[in-house]
Parts: sequence; C-alpha cells; structure tokens
Amino acid sequence: MIAGTAVTATCLIAFVILIPQIKRYLPAFLQYRSLLFNLVSKDIKIKYRRSVLGLLWSVLQPLFIMLIVSAVFSHILRVGVENYPAFYITGILIFSFIIESTSLSLNSISGSASLLKKVYIPKYLFPLEKCLFACVNMLFSLIAVVFVYLILGTPLHLTGLLLPIPMFYAAVFSVGLGLVLSAAVMFFRDVSHLYAIWTTAWMYLTPVLYPLDILPGFMQAILSFNPLVYYVGYARDVMLYGVVPDFGTNMICIGFALVSLIVGIAVFKKTQDDFILHM
Amino acid sequence: MDTIITVKQATMRFKVSKDKVDSLKEYVIRLSKRQLYFEEFVALDKVDLKVKRGDILGIVGLNGSGKSTLLKLISGIMRPTEGSVQRIGTISPLIELGAGFNVDLTARENVFLNGAVLGFTRRQMLERYDRIIDFAELEDFQDIPIKNFSSGMTARLGFSIATTINPEILIIDEILSVGDFKFRQKSEQRIQELMQSGSTVLLVSHSIAQIKKLCKRAIWLDKGKKIMDGEVLEVCDAYEAGA
Repeated sequence: MIAGTAVTATCLIAFVILIPQIKRYLPAFLQYRSLLFNLVSKDIKIKYRRSVLGLLWSVLQPLFIMLIVSAVFSHILRVGVENYPAFYITGILIFSFIIESTSLSLNSISGSASLLKKVYIPKYLFPLEKCLFACVNMLFSLIAVVFVYLILGTPLHLTGLLLPIPMFYAAVFSVGLGLVLSAAVMFFRDVSHLYAIWTTAWMYLTPVLYPLDILPGFMQAILSFNPLVYYVGYARDVMLYGVVPDFGTNMICIGFALVSLIVGIAVFKKTQDDFILHM
Repeated sequence: MDTIITVKQATMRFKVSKDKVDSLKEYVIRLSKRQLYFEEFVALDKVDLKVKRGDILGIVGLNGSGKSTLLKLISGIMRPTEGSVQRIGTISPLIELGAGFNVDLTARENVFLNGAVLGFTRRQMLERYDRIIDFAELEDFQDIPIKNFSSGMTARLGFSIATTINPEILIIDEILSVGDFKFRQKSEQRIQELMQSGSTVLLVSHSIAQIKKLCKRAIWLDKGKKIMDGEVLEVCDAYEAGA
C-alpha cells in the first residue's frame, strides 16, 4: 500500500514535469480527434454489419457466456460463491475489457500499415482507438451486467455509480500496455502469439472465475503483483458488495495504471519512427 | 514567395539483412552467433531541395532512384536517417489513390473516414461532400460498399477527395493515368485549376510528356542522388539523353 502510494506520487510528479511536452502534442491530437471517432464508428459498423441482431450481440454475448460459465463453475465444479452469476459477470466485465483493448491494440499498427505507409498520421491514435472501441463494447456489456442483477434480484448499490472509476483505471492501464504491445509486435511478430497464450494464463491468475480467498497464502502474495486483481476487485466492491475501496487500494490502482502508461508512451515514442521500416 | 518545403542534406538508409529477421527466436540465435549482419541500402543520398509556394515541381528518374522515398520524407511518413525535412501547410497524400479506404464501408462512410485521416472534421467534410461525389460521378453509388466498386470508381473517389480538400501541397505519384480518357481529361483540368489557385504541386511520373506539359521546374534523381535541378525542358532533355 505504501509502495503503491510512493509509485503513484512519483508518476504524478513525472507527469507534471512532462506537461510542457504534452502541451506540444495537444494541437495535433485535437486535429485528429475526429479521426479517432471515425475509426471507432468504423470498427463498430464493421463488427455488426450484416448481422441480424447487430448491436444487440454486445449484450447477448456476455449473457450467454455467463450462463455457460455459471453452469460449469457453480454447479459442476462448485466454487462456492454466493450469487455466482453476478460475481462472474461483474469481474469479467473489467477483465475482458482489458484483454480486448490490449489484444486489438497489439495488431492495430500492423493492421493499418496500408494507411501509415501513405499518409502521415500520429501512430499512437491506432492503439488509443482500439481502447476506445473496447470501452464502447464494455458499456454495452454493462447493460448485460445490470440485466443479470435485476433478474437475480441482486440489490443494486448506490456505490455502483462509482463503477466508472475502476473502468477508467483499467482504461489507462490498457492504453499503456497496448502501446507497448503494438510497438513490440512491429519488431517481433512472435509477440502476438505469446500474448494470446499469456491472456489465457492471465485469466486464471486473476480471480475472475473464482474468489481470491480460496487460494493458498503464497499464491495470494504472488497475485498481489497482478494489477488486474485490483481492477476486478474494485468493480466487484462497488457493484456487488456496496463497499468503497480505501485510499490505499486506489493508490495501488493508479500506480499500476500510471506506470503502464508512462512505460507505454516511452517505448512507443522511442520506437515509432522505425515502424515504417518493418511494415 | 516563401519557401514551403525545405529538405536539407536528407539521407535515407535502410538496413537490409539478407533474410528478414522478425522472430524473436531467430534474433536471439543470430545475436548469440554474432550473425546480425545488415547490408545498408542508401535510398537517398544527401539530397537538398527547396520548394516555394506555388511551385509545380516534376520529379523524374528511373525505377528505384528514390522518388517515392523523397515524397515519403516530404509528407512525413518517414523520417530521414540524416538531415532534415521541414514543411509548412497541409499536404494531401496522393501517393496512392484510395489509401485508407475500407472496402467494407460505403462510399459515403469512406469519404468521412478519408477526410478524417487527412485531419478534417466531419463538418468540414459535410461542406465538401456533394462536390466530392459530384466530381467522382458516383451519385448513384453513395451507399454501396467500396468492395463492389470497379478499380476505376475507387480511384475516381480517391482523386476527388484528395483534390477537393484544397491542400496547400498536392503530391501526385503516377496517378493521372486512372480512369477512362474522359476522367483523365477532367482530372488534368482539376490539377491545373489547383495550380492556378496557388497550390504547390509535386508530380512524379514516368511520362515525360506529362511533366513537360504540367511543370515549370523539375529535378532528376538517380540512385538516390540529385543529378539536376532546374527548368523543366532542360532537365527532361538531359534525363532522356542520359538515362
């Protein structure tokens, strides 16, 4: 907790120092704002074009997956969590958002090669856009979450209104990680295969399917280095348990997010001029 | 007249390894065996160029002489290995028509996406939308996905977008040969209109006749070096005699 506070403070100072730099990039960013929205709407259109139910799938898909997972884990494997469907769908909301946005970011630069070879566009827009797109998907999935709560009669706590906080932390974390991945894959295509394996491992290293406290102590200690544990836990606290996480937890969440973002920006900035040579 | 593009001693070197190493395993193996040899390929060699506002500059040279690399440096797609490139003003990419089209989207959606790629807002594109569709002669195909277009239709739409946004710098790389003869005439006329309205134009073409017809000034590139820079007829004659 103290470590988290220290890291967060350091990162915040680093950001304050970088403000003049950020200001320099702001006009270009504002100019390309409409490209960002255009790309997001393009992704949404393409995702649902020619499917009969269209956008409704964003709500239906998590619902059906939840039904399957709940059947397996609360009746066959018996994890022993009260109100398993709500427990699972709240956790997976944040978890799949992070996985979706980072996995899409990973291929975002190489996927836009035809464009980047011909027009100058700030390259960071592409991973950023994928994160926004995943955000939109997450908001649709949120409808599914609320639906499950209502059907099961799970009380909707007032603290649920704080859900945007863990979403925001997770988004900042994902942008940072997405920047690193999208840059790394330009030099080593293996990264995309490795990351696919890692996401499966990450799924089990994060208490999405099971609660954290069924793990032995040493495993819990290892998992305390996994940022997703805190983001998923935060969402469950405010949505399911009606608890507001303490100051320390917030600091840990912000710390992880800022470290990811700063590393992401640094790696991306250092390597971006060489992307074109590897497309 | 002020200088709009300044290229100073720009050198572009590519590292070409004999086999492209892009997997981590191979990289580590080669690194440990110290076999990471790269051959250097110099695409541009200390090129200096100044272009003034309103200039119509033709670029001639054989295949592989560095014409496209020079255009990529000027449009900011690549950064030079050494030297510098500065430019003022908006630039249209005509390096390939229809760059950034998404085949699953309709013509209408692509116009806005393409406009956004060039840094234009939705409102700015709305003002130009009718003129773009009108010039490309695609009134009846606005809501049809681009994948169902013929190559000529796609090229017409691309040309129409790139020239209707009134760029300060227009880059044309071998594109005046798109479409049927009617559209070709129309596009040449459009280019001339842009030239008269004060746009700066960089034209790459293998058709010497076209360069002579449209440009006032030309440069000749050969194996990455600038051989000649001057009045268009002089440069083109020397190029035809020398190449």
